[in-house]
Amino acid sequence: MKQLSTKVTSNGHGQDSSYFLGWEEYEKNPYDEMENPNGMIQMGLAENQLCFDLIESWLAKNQDAASLKRKGQSIFRELALFQDYHGMPEFKKAMAEFMEEIRGNRVTFDPKKIVLAAGSTSANETLMFCLAEPGDAFLLPTPYYPGFDRDLKWRTGAEIVPIHCSSSNGFQITESALQQAYQQAHKLDLKVKGVLVTNPSNPLGTALTRRELNLLVDFITSKNIHLISDEIYSGTMFGFEQFISVMDVLQDKKLENTEVSKRVHIVYSLSKDLGLPGFRVGAIYSNNEMVVSAATKMSSFGLVSSQTQYLLSALLSDKKFTSQYLEENQKRLRSRQKRLVSGLESSGITSLRSNAGLFCWIDMRHLLDTNTFEAELDLWKKIVYNVKLNISPGSSCHCTEPGWFRVCFANMSEDTLDLALKRLKTFVESTDCGRMISRKSHERLKSLRKKTVSNWVFRVSWSDRVPDER
Amino acid sequence: MGLPLMMERSSNNNVVELSRVAVSDTHGEDSPYFAGWKAYDENPYDESHNPSGVIQMGLAENQVSFDLLESYLEKKNPEGSMWGSKGAPGFRENALFQDYHGLKSFRQAMASFMQQIRGGKASFDPDRIVLTAGATAANELLTFILADPNDALLVPTPYYPGFDRDLRWRTGVRIVPIHCDSSNHFQITPEALEQAYQTARDENIRVRGVLITNPSNPLGATVQKKVLEDLLDFCVRKNIHLISDEIYSGSVFHASEFTSVAEIVENIDDVSVKERVHIVYSLSKDLGLPGFRVGTIYSYNDNVVRTARRMSSFTLVSSQTQHMLASMLSDEEFTEKYIRINRERLRRRYETIVEGLKKAGIECLKGNAGLFCWMNLGFLLDKETKEGELELWDVILKELKLNISPGSSCHCSEYGWFRVCFANMSEKTLDIALKRIHEFMDRRSGF
Repeated sequence: MKQLSTKVTSNGHGQDSSYFLGWEEYEKNPYDEMENPNGMIQMGLAENQLCFDLIESWLAKNQDAASLKRKGQSIFRELALFQDYHGMPEFKKAMAEFMEEIRGNRVTFDPKKIVLAAGSTSANETLMFCLAEPGDAFLLPTPYYPGFDRDLKWRTGAEIVPIHCSSSNGFQITESALQQAYQQAHKLDLKVKGVLVTNPSNPLGTALTRRELNLLVDFITSKNIHLISDEIYSGTMFGFEQFISVMDVLQDKKLENTEVSKRVHIVYSLSKDLGLPGFRVGAIYSNNEMVVSAATKMSSFGLVSSQTQYLLSALLSDKKFTSQYLEENQKRLRSRQKRLVSGLESSGITSLRSNAGLFCWIDMRHLLDTNTFEAELDLWKKIVYNVKLNISPGSSCHCTEPGWFRVCFANMSEDTLDLALKRLKTFVESTDCGRMISRKSHERLKSLRKKTVSNWVFRVSWSDRVPDER
Repeated sequence: MGLPLMMERSSNNNVVELSRVAVSDTHGEDSPYFAGWKAYDENPYDESHNPSGVIQMGLAENQVSFDLLESYLEKKNPEGSMWGSKGAPGFRENALFQDYHGLKSFRQAMASFMQQIRGGKASFDPDRIVLTAGATAANELLTFILADPNDALLVPTPYYPGFDRDLRWRTGVRIVPIHCDSSNHFQITPEALEQAYQTARDENIRVRGVLITNPSNPLGATVQKKVLEDLLDFCVRKNIHLISDEIYSGSVFHASEFTSVAEIVENIDDVSVKERVHIVYSLSKDLGLPGFRVGTIYSYNDNVVRTARRMSSFTLVSSQTQHMLASMLSDEEFTEKYIRINRERLRRRYETIVEGLKKAGIECLKGNAGLFCWMNLGFLLDKETKEGELELWDVILKELKLNISPGSSCHCSEYGWFRVCFANMSEKTLDIALKRIHEFMDRRSGF
């Protein structure tokens, strides 16, 4: 038998995980308001569909950008031939400025340090190829985006060692968890090359606190390893505080232009903030010249279509548009999240207080038969097959505690969200446990809300109270 | 090629290493193939502004048929908007579409286009088409799938310099050359195949497949049907794969002269034979659209299709681009006209350059496809060595201000051959280039 490579026969693509199986079930029976009102509602897809109207109206007013024209003249030829892996300078400039704007213009990004990639999927993998040998490990806080198992490990041969986070402190990263993960890697005879965090976090929907970011920078400094901060959701921060990027922390600690800053890399993409996953626009930002150089050459394997670079450089260079968009996006996400959270509460389901992202991390531990992952999977199957909601079970995100699920809220209409919540409520009330808890929680939550402080402020004070060692 | 850079690793405790892949030079960018481009970038020819600048003849781009594409797209979207008028309905659906199966309409369009190029002599199933961001990605992806690190692919020389990076860099796979020479117009012989295979085996390297480019880059010639049949036999006997990069299939001057491996497979029922054949294609050459990043893998092997599809997550084609090209490529009336006119224009260009070179006393390999000709300057070499060839290349770059690609950068085993592109410039510029060559040859012969 001529055989295929071990990459084919291994399960490194990760597609047998429940995360993807849920999608498959959805594909077989997708909800449609008219055609299939009893179909499955997709709540497992972290898409941002809330602000297309803003982009569409911009397109209608700026027809040249999408029709390959500049000032009314066709530039078809120029774009058709442009395949320079350095990327379109106007586009990288616009990306750099957009990233600055998202961070309140507190930090600057040099377009020359941006490497474009076909989506952050490609960007993350490329960084792995640059930073890790086969068999080297990166530490990732759990729970994490299921796609990382494929993106970081499949073709690169790198390993992931989890940094265990728990609900006892809102799943925040602690020093002891970091050290434990580092030691675990050594026990497994793996060389640790770095830490990779997603900030804001997927699936938690929370931005990393300054305390955590400081911890991370201190940790990579002392261990002499890299830090990759996947900030793909940075523009979805709807909490009332500003988003803190790892770049902010480097600046505040006066570490720019130091050796440490050359080990900090950011990944970004337009798939979540702008809702354009189909256009495949991702980026690596690095202060490390060798990384930029190697990654630039590697981007040959995943260049961004010149047609797309042109369209988006026009869109992102329009500062009036970007500031209006960012503000409106945050507003709409905030109101959607509130709708989901209060709907869940009326079913007695609490969620981790979130301030970012396109999803909530919900607590359904009380609905489990037993505190096990088997029970979590049973519950998940009921919700998928009986309630017809595709949500993502925490185990697919490598969460160490059973009973947590990720539920997306920005990829559907309000009506669909309401319907999903209704179905969930019906389901919860049909379970004995649910009926009991529902009533109790409702009272508890009502009194909590009376305490006035916003969701987000609660989390800040929470983190201040948590000591570094647990 | 491909020796890892010697770097001071861990001599300073503060410097954390990058990966071997990152610091190696297996990306191949230090070869003269790329150095010539730099010289061009620094001093590019321009008819009005810089008439004595470097003329780029090292870039295999197809610029002869843009007008056909432009006028088609203009007709289709008179109001200019890509997704329809007034607020772009269809935009959001397109922007969200990231399914690695690819847009169905686009896959169907690609299948029908590939079929048309082959004059209907082979059929393509849209469900076997996997889309990637260019053939660069397709070739790397196939290598990841068909071979493990330290395995080898056999590739006939001379070959496209980019393969050193695309097939080897991140995959860790090796290339073992199948040596071809001018004694039989650089065709692949069964002896050369056996020899390459044996070389690999002697070094304890596992051979996983043969990768050919048909029509060939840099030769500019199609692979003969008999050779393809022999190749497939060889692959069956050794139980290995056959990859046929047919990126220039639409640039064959006379359609009848091209035999695709797909035609050969079309008449084979034995699945165990079919399953080892994979075709790579792209719109970068035939349509002249390298910037849009549209490549494809076509495989007769279900497992390969399934895995390639999943792996294509790392290199998807922009849905905006799929959308724009889908209707154009499925417009069979348009594509038939385009293919025909494109072939004709390329043929004329080829004849112009070959005639011009002949008048200057320079012979080329008899070619019938592609965007370049394979020119023989062996008789001008001081020494028949790589250095001799590179010296001549340097003279041509510095004195004639022509950037052409030396055969050694394509791993040619004979010295003095050069690849000269002719489709990436206006006719006028081509004339100027030929004039410079003429004058150079006159000077050399002491006129």
